[in-house]
Amino acid sequence: MTIETPAGPAQPMVLNMGPQHPSTHGVLRVILELDGETVLSAKSVIGYLHTGIEKSCESKTYSQCITLTDRIDYLSPLSNNLGFCLAAEKLIGIEVPKRAQYIRVLLTELTRISSHLVWLGTHAIDLGAMSVFLYCFREREEIMKIYEYISGQRMMTSYFRIGGLALEPPPGWLDRVQRVVDAMPGHIDEYETLLTENRIWKARTVGVGILSKQDAIAMGISGPLLRASGVPYDVRKMFPYSSYEEFDFEMKTDDGADCYARYKVRVAEMRESLKIIRQAMNKIPADGPFRADVPGVIPPSREEMKTSIEGLIYHFKIFTEGFAPPPGEVYQAIESPRGELGTFIASDGTPKPYRVKFRAPSFVNLQSLPNLCVGRLIADVVACIGTTDIVLGEVDR
Amino acid sequence: MQKLRDWDPQVVADVIEFRGETTVVVPAQHLLRACEYLISEPSLRFSFLSDLTVVDRFPIEPRFEMNYHLLSLDRKERLRLRVKISGPEPAVASVTPLWPTANWHEREAFDLFGVRFNGHPDLTRILMPDEWEGYPLRKDYPVEGFR
Repeated sequence: MTIETPAGPAQPMVLNMGPQHPSTHGVLRVILELDGETVLSAKSVIGYLHTGIEKSCESKTYSQCITLTDRIDYLSPLSNNLGFCLAAEKLIGIEVPKRAQYIRVLLTELTRISSHLVWLGTHAIDLGAMSVFLYCFREREEIMKIYEYISGQRMMTSYFRIGGLALEPPPGWLDRVQRVVDAMPGHIDEYETLLTENRIWKARTVGVGILSKQDAIAMGISGPLLRASGVPYDVRKMFPYSSYEEFDFEMKTDDGADCYARYKVRVAEMRESLKIIRQAMNKIPADGPFRADVPGVIPPSREEMKTSIEGLIYHFKIFTEGFAPPPGEVYQAIESPRGELGTFIASDGTPKPYRVKFRAPSFVNLQSLPNLCVGRLIADVVACIGTTDIVLGEVDR
Repeated sequence: MQKLRDWDPQVVADVIEFRGETTVVVPAQHLLRACEYLISEPSLRFSFLSDLTVVDRFPIEPRFEMNYHLLSLDRKERLRLRVKISGPEPAVASVTPLWPTANWHEREAFDLFGVRFNGHPDLTRILMPDEWEGYPLRKDYPVEGFR
């Protein structure tokens, strides 16, 4: 529609949204072309947080790379740790003890809950529901305390190491997890009473940001976004890793394909994660090795390092020059809270990875933004960015 | 993989099995045909492109290895296609028409490795600033950058 003005026909307005804009969840810039309030085109400009993590990995040993992976997706550090460790373990050919595998599952599911809580809180505050944000962060804090208790760090945990875990979990940590697991269902009910049937919430999300099944697959979308478009793909189910095949949980899908469907899928996923955590708590043996025993690759125990000469030599060698996996390439995918997080490692047989590539789900999912918001109002752009659940650290790496 | 070889033996230059992952090396000129076949063949249906990445084997020629990580949602199977292209001005056909998701992946590969994708709709830098010189992830690019 063109309107004649004294200066000629009206032109579409170009509006820069971001990079500093609270609803872009970081430093995302979206160039919007607007006809009145209707979005004609949307172009994402990214790279403001590019820190060259992949390049840095090439000059570090495999163990040193783990601390960098925390910084990719800073809302779910343990998922990133797991992705890299699994890829490195696959490359070397290490079998991780069951106890460590279950603890990994438990902690990554906690990460999923805490990441979804941040998503829910920020998405809700974007759409005007202030109190949900405060509640979500209150619960997330409890999960952060568990991180701190087991690894000493609230955010950059680096708790998973190649072959197992960094440390034996401290005594009583499962009681703390138990407290969170007992309290969470009530909290999730609380969010749902605030939002699920809320008329404003529904008005802002139902039918907004439709992503069809075909588009979702063509755009390589993964995670809750894909499942909310009715495609049953979850890496935990399709390619189980870290003993996920032993856990009983449902993959939640929805055919709504809109922001509301994604909200429902993520909330349901939090409940499923709690189910997995409960099973893991019953499965974790009280004692047993927390990392594999592979001399020359996995550091020996403190006691062994202090008392045996082999232990001391291995310890010294691992921490000075690292270990050399065989040459080859592996791709390991895990289901991070945002979707398929793939880690590709190319080894040339030296102690440093030749090339590391992270297939960041946020990067791929963000690409679908024009599919979601073109033709809709500018206020819906905020809902669409929120619903894709991007972490700019992961988009830009 | 056997299907691919039966369909056209020219397409399969080499097959590498490592840690349970299959890599099919495809000559660059056959890449698009092979991808089309892998997507459309009803018994394969690799409709999902997980990832696209480059490995720089400097100073070995052909220098660049393109890795395409394909996924078949119906058959729960992964496959890696590899195309070797030589530098210093590498170019390969774009797979964006087949998998729209490749758009940003290819822009990233262009940005960080300087690989050109023929037929790409908008081949511009994505992570680095537009006026950046050089391709940071190449092996002859120092970690701390040029000073």
